[in-house]
Amino acid sequence: MTSHSLFSVRGLACARGDRTLFAGLSLQLDAGEAIHVRGPNGLGKTTLLRALCGLSRPLRGDVRWRGERTSDLAEEFAAEVAYVGHLNGVQGELTAAENLERAIRVFARGPDAALGVAAALDRVGLARLAGKPARHLSQGQKRRLALARLLVLRRPLWILDEPFTALDVAAVASLSSLIGEHMAGGGLALIVSHQAFELPGIRDFDLAQFCKVRS
Amino acid sequence: MKGGLLSAMAAVFTRELLVFWRRSTEVMTALVFFVIVTTLFPLAVGPERHELMLMAPGVLWVAALLATTLSLNHLFASDYQDGSLEQLLVSPYPLSALVFAKIAAHWVLTGLPLALLSPLLAVQMALPTKAIGTLVGSLLLGTPILSLIGAVPAALTLGVRGGGVLVSLLVLPLYTPVLIFGAEAVAASAGQGFASVAHLSLLGAFLAVVVSFAPWASSAALRVSLD
Repeated sequence: MTSHSLFSVRGLACARGDRTLFAGLSLQLDAGEAIHVRGPNGLGKTTLLRALCGLSRPLRGDVRWRGERTSDLAEEFAAEVAYVGHLNGVQGELTAAENLERAIRVFARGPDAALGVAAALDRVGLARLAGKPARHLSQGQKRRLALARLLVLRRPLWILDEPFTALDVAAVASLSSLIGEHMAGGGLALIVSHQAFELPGIRDFDLAQFCKVRS
Repeated sequence: MKGGLLSAMAAVFTRELLVFWRRSTEVMTALVFFVIVTTLFPLAVGPERHELMLMAPGVLWVAALLATTLSLNHLFASDYQDGSLEQLLVSPYPLSALVFAKIAAHWVLTGLPLALLSPLLAVQMALPTKAIGTLVGSLLLGTPILSLIGAVPAALTLGVRGGGVLVSLLVLPLYTPVLIFGAEAVAASAGQGFASVAHLSLLGAFLAVVVSFAPWASSAALRVSLD
């Protein structure tokens, strides 16, 4: 029974230390779809995202991209994913623009940058601060810079861990519309967030259903 | 695709240089440490030329070793804290190649300046002029080994409390072969032993082994540390 979804997860189990966080997790994601992963703190939402993008190894389970195991695809799969974690991955000593230029050269395969650096910075509202060292940016501005990375790389699958943290109201709206555009263009997104946000067509996914009763 | 990998490695390398250029105190710490430690010996032992000359190869090499150890923490720690290391792990290029670029930058910023500075300190330690070439040569061959080997414990101890001291404890025993061959090569050309070429060739062979092994091992260590 092969699944024809672009991105499919079957029977995934993850542990933190010697405690199994969740087991038997399955989900399917196709072009233009997005999932909003919900659940209380400590359930393993971050662990789930890290396991899906290959940062940590799951206990069991099958993660497939275009029908092939992501662990076999390795770098091929990495070229399809953009991950924004809790940490912004922004280098304080480099300017905002330098951070993005570096992202293009280290993460883009060949000259496939979707949006130029200036345009991406403009889109997240950092155009004025392009030449400023990133360590002088505020938390929210660093977050925007991390999200601008999504725009300069052309990646079909976005994996976002609490992307709305530290963003102001306008930026939250702008990010939701960004994700909306990404979906409209055939992109996939997995989002973990405690914050409510408006996004038509996004599916809710309750992680708690795969967690055992916790002692 | 190959050009892409080289360009990614070049980007990691130049970015590393740029970051450390803007945060130059960390680079200077290792260099100043090297200078101070070697300067302490003539002060403590006294200006007796013959005694200093006997000690010179060992002192210079031990100081270079300790200075490199001191600088190992900078290799991954700040990238680990700001999350750019995590990003490097999900890059579509082989991690070991990118780690190699980082290590190369580390060497350019610590090992290379140490080697270039060593002739000045050699004069202070009364090392014969004929041995200075060998000293620089042995450091040029040896310090990349130090950066490469050191990257493995530096990666393994990420996120560990007191990781800095732990790195020194883990790495110094691994450095002993380099220390022995490096110091012996210098002593030999100062006229106290066998020909220095043999020691230098052994250093070169060691470098060849470590180049092929260390980037791979430290990228595996990074994956473990960030899991």
